[in-house]
Amino acid sequence: MKRKHKRLTFVIVALALLGAAVGLVLFAFTDNIVFFHSPTEVNEDAFRTDRRFRLGGLVEEGSVVKEQGTVKVSFRITDLAESVPVTYVGILPDLFREGQGVVAEGRLENGIFVAEEVLAKHDENYMPPEVAESLKASGKWDEMSETMKKQGHVTKGATQ
Amino acid sequence: MIVEAGHFALILSLFVALVQAALPLAGAQRNDPAWMGVAAPAAFAQALLIAFSFGCLTYAFVTSDFSVAAVVANSHSTKPMLYKVSGVWGNHEGSMLLWVLILAVFGWAVALFGRNLPPSLKARTLGIQALISVGFLAFILFTSNPFDRAIPAPFDGRGMNPLLQDPGLAFHPPFLYLGYVGFSIAFSFAIAALIEGRVDAAWARWVRPWTLAAWSFLTIGIALGSWWAYYELGWGGWWFWDPVENASFMPWLAGTALLHSAVVVEKRDTMKAWTVFLAIVAFSFSLLGTFLVRSGVLTSVHAFATDPERGVFILVLLLIVVGGSFALFAWRGPQLTGGGLFRPISREGSLLLNNLLMSIGAVVVLFGTLFPLFAQVVDYKMSVGAPFFNRVFVPLMVPMIATMAVAPLLSWKRGDLPGAMGRLWAAGAAAAAAVAVAIAVATKTSVWGPIGLALAAWLAMGTVVELAERIRLFRTSPAESLRRLGRMPRAAWGMTLAHFGMAVAIAGMTGAGVWKVESIQTMKPGDSVNVAGYVYTFKGASEGRGPNYSYISGVFDVTRNGQPVTTLESEKRIYPVRGMPTTEAAIESLFLGDLYAVIGDPQEDGSFATRLYFNPLVAWMWAGALIMVFGGVLSLTDRRYRVGAPVRRRPPAAAQPAE
Repeated sequence: MKRKHKRLTFVIVALALLGAAVGLVLFAFTDNIVFFHSPTEVNEDAFRTDRRFRLGGLVEEGSVVKEQGTVKVSFRITDLAESVPVTYVGILPDLFREGQGVVAEGRLENGIFVAEEVLAKHDENYMPPEVAESLKASGKWDEMSETMKKQGHVTKGATQ
Repeated sequence: MIVEAGHFALILSLFVALVQAALPLAGAQRNDPAWMGVAAPAAFAQALLIAFSFGCLTYAFVTSDFSVAAVVANSHSTKPMLYKVSGVWGNHEGSMLLWVLILAVFGWAVALFGRNLPPSLKARTLGIQALISVGFLAFILFTSNPFDRAIPAPFDGRGMNPLLQDPGLAFHPPFLYLGYVGFSIAFSFAIAALIEGRVDAAWARWVRPWTLAAWSFLTIGIALGSWWAYYELGWGGWWFWDPVENASFMPWLAGTALLHSAVVVEKRDTMKAWTVFLAIVAFSFSLLGTFLVRSGVLTSVHAFATDPERGVFILVLLLIVVGGSFALFAWRGPQLTGGGLFRPISREGSLLLNNLLMSIGAVVVLFGTLFPLFAQVVDYKMSVGAPFFNRVFVPLMVPMIATMAVAPLLSWKRGDLPGAMGRLWAAGAAAAAAVAVAIAVATKTSVWGPIGLALAAWLAMGTVVELAERIRLFRTSPAESLRRLGRMPRAAWGMTLAHFGMAVAIAGMTGAGVWKVESIQTMKPGDSVNVAGYVYTFKGASEGRGPNYSYISGVFDVTRNGQPVTTLESEKRIYPVRGMPTTEAAIESLFLGDLYAVIGDPQEDGSFATRLYFNPLVAWMWAGALIMVFGGVLSLTDRRYRVGAPVRRRPPAAAQPAE
């Protein structure tokens, strides 16, 4: 086989593989991207979706209710302007706490966000960037970072 | 005083690195032996200075010197000694210091073991290595100085994140960094070769041990990280396709591809430009990983408090390194033409296929990881879920694993595919048996379960067949086979073990990924739950105190068919310094799967939330990773690859015996 032919074979194989990969990406992509929405967006009248999405904000103070005898929990996620009721069946991550940032993934059913997953985080000072964004969008970010500072949280210098 | 000395040593090391970058690179260009000779002693001095600096920081942590800001933010006087030490790198500033320490020590090792390197190649490699040092030392000194003082000094520190107070995670960052930074050597060698315009078999022999070492460390690092996530986070999972995890996985993929393509350069003197390209890509992925973790631009379940300003500095460094090296590659790369011709069906051809699939896999992971960032630019906030990665990455790996068993049986240049397949009949039989077993015992039907187990069996048996071929088992006398077994080069053993370990790991991933059984409920003492045939009985909970935490411990008795299997004790700990709870899952690893129990919050009626799992084969995954690493290390001890041992020579004209 000549060098030119050899090279052609490899180019064809490489292109075929790349094509297969692109096909797989396109096939899997639209179903598996998860959009992020803030409580303000979810409470807008025009908001309609039956897709899975992520809802992020703070766990509203005093809103966490555990149902006795089951592992069902309900609470509200707020961006300090609007809030959305959430239910979750399962054990909440260790760092889930009222007043702290949280991201939940699930679907909206009859106005209630049914979370299939509540994302854990490893550091009490960590604020997911989207949550920070949505707090900034609702104009409550300064208020939030002030309270955090008062509680002695640091915004710098933790770790991996 | 000691803290200032450490700071001063760090500043000094920056100047040493500047000299180590400037003089040898210029000297190699002017062919001036004196200037080139500066490289080795400078590398030694740089490593010594940074090691001293690191020692000073460690001293500050061990003695709980709360006049140092980093110690205040991440340590506490009551913390156990192990975590006082691991606290040195358990924070941003200290971990970056560890990064440059490893970088400098690797540079020094090249100077030390590279006595046989041609002077200009050695000078250039060390010069490039020093340039990377300069970037990161400047980063530490200007944006994240670990020696900053806290004025006034508080009485005690804020403590370390309790999740990090764990033996698995104490050693996870150092191994990961040894892997990340280890690829810097392959990178420096690649850039040096591009400047020289020369890549040959000897070059590949110099690069291989470093790549192999980096790959082994990275494998350990990733395995430790996933093991930690498995037992510490208490949700029974071990890989979430989270950006931070992907950040360590992409260099691993590129590094694995590099490891294989370097073999082709060494044996067959071809695929040179591609190998150099992979060396650049592997290190670029390492830098990208550092950037993603440090900057916090992506939402990650593994993220810790981050600082975007520092992210910008690393991003600029990343752009300089990636942009500069790819520009150099575009300019000089085409000159690196290969020698050996080969047919598509051959050892080279199959290694090339492996490389293509690995690279495409890495690109897919990169796309999924970075897509949310690009979406942000057009103001969409989104994330790419784990199902995306599973659906795209897993199918890409199927042909890869299938080829892995065949490739070692093909000869160089021109392979005999029907012959190889004929010799693999045992592997085919093993795969068929695996499918039968998977369908017979499966608790839930799944396409991927039988496929995964079949691939694992195919690869495991294929590796054994290759070993049997090598020692001519049953085709010669047993004594002769044994003699051949004894004389097998360690590098060959390394490949056999690494491939076999991969098979074991695939079996583990398949079992745990497809057939995991989960049960979440509240339980009162005396309640029983059946999980995949194992009956967990909750015996009750008690309270207690550890060195720097208090805990609630829940005890579960596990029985199967009425026979006692084990007793599991899970803890929920509260660390008062940070007021932060952690979960300690109770795990009993059996041969066929893990029993896994987690105790959650107490309820008002005296019951407890509990989470119980049966994770089939999950421990095989980490066992497989260990076997792979053992293979890597064994290969490193091969006489022929002793670092720096090979001398540049013309490759023999005759085809080498298949290895």
